[in-house]
Amino acid sequence: MQLFTKILRTGVVTEPLPDRSSSAVTLAREIDRRAQTLFGRALAIRQVDAGSCNGCELEIAGLPGPVYDMERFGLHFVASPRHADMLLVTGPVTRNMAVPLRKTYDATPDPKLVVAVGDCARTCGVFAGSYAVVGPVDRIVPVDAYIDGCPPEPADILQGILAALGRLDAGRRG
Amino acid sequence: MTTVVLAAAELLFLAILAPAVVGYVRWLKARLQSRRGADLFQPYREFRKTFAKGMVIADTASWLFHLAPYVVVASTVAAAVLVPVFSASQAGDQFGDLFALMALLILGTMFLALGGLDPGTAFGGMGSSREMTVAALTEPTLAIAVLALALTAGSSSLGVITGTLLTTPANAIGPGHALAFAAFLIAMLAETGRLPVDNPATHLELTMIHEAMILEYSGPYLALLEWAAALKLTLLLTLAANLFVPWGMATSVGAAALAFGLVVVVAKIAVLATLLALLETRVAKLRLFRVPELLAVSFTLALLAATSSFFTR
Amino acid sequence: MIGTALASAMAAFAAGAVFALAWPSGAGARRLSLASAFAGCVAALVLGVDMLDSGISWTWQSQAVLQPLGGVSLRVDPLGAFFVAIVALTGAPASLYALGYLRELDGRLRGRAVHALFNVFLAGMCLVPLADNAATFLFAWEVMALSSYLLVVSDPEQEGAAAAGLWYAVMTHAGFLALLAAFVMLAQNGPLEFPAMRAAAGTLTPAAQSTSVLLTLAAFGSKAGLVPLHVWLPRAHPAAPSHVSALMSGAMVKLGVYGTIRVLFDLMPPLSPWWGGAVLALGVVTALTGVLYSVAETHIKRVLAYSTVENIGLIFVGLGFALLMRAYDSGVLAAMGLVVALLHTLNHAVFKSLLFLAAGAVVHGARASSLEALGGLIKRMPHTAALCLIGVLALAAVPPLNGFTSEWLTFQLLLAGARYTAPSLAIMLPLALAAVALVAGLAAVSAVRFFGIAFLALPRTDGARDAHEAPLTMRAAMAMPALACVVLGLVPTLAVTQLTAVVSDLGLPMGQLDTGLALSLPLIGSRLWPIAIAALMAAAAIAAVLGTRAARGRQVRIDAAWNCGRIAQSPRSEYTAAAFAEPLKRVFTGFYRPTHEVTVEVHPVSPYFVRAITLRADLAPWMEQAIYAPVVRAAQRLSAQASRLHTGSIHLYLALLPAALLVLLLLGRWIR
Repeated sequence: MQLFTKILRTGVVTEPLPDRSSSAVTLAREIDRRAQTLFGRALAIRQVDAGSCNGCELEIAGLPGPVYDMERFGLHFVASPRHADMLLVTGPVTRNMAVPLRKTYDATPDPKLVVAVGDCARTCGVFAGSYAVVGPVDRIVPVDAYIDGCPPEPADILQGILAALGRLDAGRRG
Repeated sequence: MTTVVLAAAELLFLAILAPAVVGYVRWLKARLQSRRGADLFQPYREFRKTFAKGMVIADTASWLFHLAPYVVVASTVAAAVLVPVFSASQAGDQFGDLFALMALLILGTMFLALGGLDPGTAFGGMGSSREMTVAALTEPTLAIAVLALALTAGSSSLGVITGTLLTTPANAIGPGHALAFAAFLIAMLAETGRLPVDNPATHLELTMIHEAMILEYSGPYLALLEWAAALKLTLLLTLAANLFVPWGMATSVGAAALAFGLVVVVAKIAVLATLLALLETRVAKLRLFRVPELLAVSFTLALLAATSSFFTR
Repeated sequence: MIGTALASAMAAFAAGAVFALAWPSGAGARRLSLASAFAGCVAALVLGVDMLDSGISWTWQSQAVLQPLGGVSLRVDPLGAFFVAIVALTGAPASLYALGYLRELDGRLRGRAVHALFNVFLAGMCLVPLADNAATFLFAWEVMALSSYLLVVSDPEQEGAAAAGLWYAVMTHAGFLALLAAFVMLAQNGPLEFPAMRAAAGTLTPAAQSTSVLLTLAAFGSKAGLVPLHVWLPRAHPAAPSHVSALMSGAMVKLGVYGTIRVLFDLMPPLSPWWGGAVLALGVVTALTGVLYSVAETHIKRVLAYSTVENIGLIFVGLGFALLMRAYDSGVLAAMGLVVALLHTLNHAVFKSLLFLAAGAVVHGARASSLEALGGLIKRMPHTAALCLIGVLALAAVPPLNGFTSEWLTFQLLLAGARYTAPSLAIMLPLALAAVALVAGLAAVSAVRFFGIAFLALPRTDGARDAHEAPLTMRAAMAMPALACVVLGLVPTLAVTQLTAVVSDLGLPMGQLDTGLALSLPLIGSRLWPIAIAALMAAAAIAAVLGTRAARGRQVRIDAAWNCGRIAQSPRSEYTAAAFAEPLKRVFTGFYRPTHEVTVEVHPVSPYFVRAITLRADLAPWMEQAIYAPVVRAAQRLSAQASRLHTGSIHLYLALLPAALLVLLLLGRWIR
């Protein structure tokens, strides 16, 4: 019962998304119009850690939480790439994760989007040139949007996902 | 003829309402987690999106993989036809009763399990094994709950049970009815894969029961399976509401009575869904090997309900 | 008509045996003897159906054979005709099946012997339900037992066949002795004819009545497979050739049911309710034991053998219920109990024979008989898989197949009984209902496991990878019971109307029966209409299919199975049969008494370098250890004592002869 009284006292703590377009988001290519209409209000995301330091994961883990609440935009995480519409990839792609990342991409049904999160996903960040790293994410799978930052803030990640969906206006309204 | 039309309308109603029930439970859980959450129409959008997506089929899958979603849908729809929704005149009584409903649900479960075993993945096998175990252990509880209800009503036909309770509300007074209701609700949690038996929102395969079996499905197949799961939840909630608290159901075929019955059943489902959301927020998932203990509790409640109805007759 | 049908059936079986032994070419011997067996089964089916339709019973006596024991006396009444029909329905597909299955035994003496014994086995099984005196009954019973024993031990490459045969032989002959004693007791110094026993049954003392019932249950229960006399079943059925296993599970154990019904319902007057309750409890325990072991076993045929034990338990639940209701003078409920038991006898015979034939096809095609060595057969043997799926669904008792009909009726029966009878049953019948429901759920687990591990996923061994589809005769033979499963499931009233005739002939009239397509019995408030359920399901499935095809943008791509991105997919990552049953083994650990034995093989240089770790997980056969091991030890002690007579002195042996003669003369004097 203490739990429910605490819930009542806390109320809803979701913050609206900032009313500025994030400079951290880059759209890599023209997103398929059809995909955008299809995923307009419901998107299933499969997160892939392609060798990251988990800094980006900590930020992504805040997305389903009460403050950032990705579910209000119709986004939710799924366990199987077969259920997914979008792959959220972090980390410089290490040699061990190159094949699994490609397999995850192949296992996802069409149409699909890929969003690369973090500096490592775009340029390998501080791990560039390492013997254990194959290259940035777009070396393995085609990327639709990049979100810069080390790590990027959850708000930026959300804006990146929504930008990839062409829904940035909706995002601003929160 | 009117009974057939009514049965079709009830089926359509359940089929359309099912995603909204799931959406409502998710929305309420979001609010209880201090978040905004998506509105209760979100599952419809997800269904539309998933249905329009392409499919990826495993190369180890066989024709059974393709057959399974259709059998699951067929058996869940057939079970839904048997459920009394807003009218007490039940066309379903002509071809089945509560035992047939239980058997149809287990047919769906069996094909889900076979579909999970077919691609040859470890998680699919794990989900199948656990799901079949839980289903087998839920059977005695449901059977005794049916017995408890049927003893007072004189038949295991759903229309007769609700009809008898509508005409003689005094049958509901007494411990037997309440005990059977509690036992049925616990068994329902196990059948539909809700907390504390199974977490429908988990991403950890080692904790999955129902979700693990559908990890390989995509596109329209996945949409059908998710919708069938929503329909199963809705029909079991409606069953719980109308078998134990049937008042408000239309006893005649007048438009006003039917409309009133519709509103009442939506209200009852909403109340049960609210309780479900509250329960899922409060409890944590049980370890798999603790689930039989929970089911044993519900079995004892059901047995007490059945034997108490002997002594009140 | 009945006489000619019986004569032609027996002639066909005799001809079949002669062809098998005497025909010069091996292939021809096989074809002719199996064709004769098939023809004999058809004739037997005609006999059964004709008798059930016409209702005219037929008798035949002859003192030419078995004259010292009372001669041969045959009588065809509805109950006997029904069981002859069951034997025929199981025998015909088995004969067709053996055409392809035993092709490799052509030209070998063992093949000829198997075909000849098969015909003799069928003949014995057809005669048992028609026997009208103890001599004929016991003669046919022994013919059946001997021929099936020889068939069980016929394959020298089958491991455990000899031990299985020993268990079987000992138990069936112990049953024979019990049966003989029961008949002698029932006859009460009169002739050992069934009509005489029927007439004299009313004058039995209560002690004699109880003893005869116990002896009957022991004898027929061990043949049927009631716990704890079931132990021969899971040993003997897997060892026999598959078509013989189908016959044994489908028809022979049913003759144990026949014997129970014949003695307890026909020859004896209504018994006290204690016996009904005891039979009901035995049925429940048997069903639970059978299904729990069938979930845990890994040998493909032993799973099915334990499932037979489970279904026999369900049949005896119906029989016990009928006995109970007869004791409480509720004639209609007793009649219904008997109808449900007989219906389940028929349904089980049909789907179990299908499953054993399919298991034989699997063993034949994949050269492996353990579930852990199979897998992926649905792609290599698609027709067998589809037919086996029908059998598996019937086993799991799901609508609209025939297994569901008898399960639904059992539930309704226990429900009806709980409403109409004495409060002393207030605890028993709900518990029985709960147990039957648990059995049904566990049967579904066993069915999914059996089909899923054997046919789905990837092949686990080379044998499964190179499996070949069964020949056409075997598939056609499997299609016959599969079709029967579907027909009996969709139109259950076909069988139920015949069974009401059987039951009313036994003195339990059931009253008016709705002969439409839906099933509704008197005193049962609900209806079951399998065709409507099937139609509804088909409509929903078609709607789903059309919707899926109409979905825009639905491309299908084939890709590797999702295994979390691992490099290779190997059969080692699949679930095994033991793993599938693991949660249930943990829940019922008190029943299974699992044993774990871990041996660690270390490098001789240092115990820190481990070479191999072996885990052996087993289920302790505690029933055999608790009940049979003491009996075996006592028998061994007794024979050790008796062997003290083997002193080697010829004087002692010569002295023993007149001593024995004296003892026998005195005994004979005293008995007279």
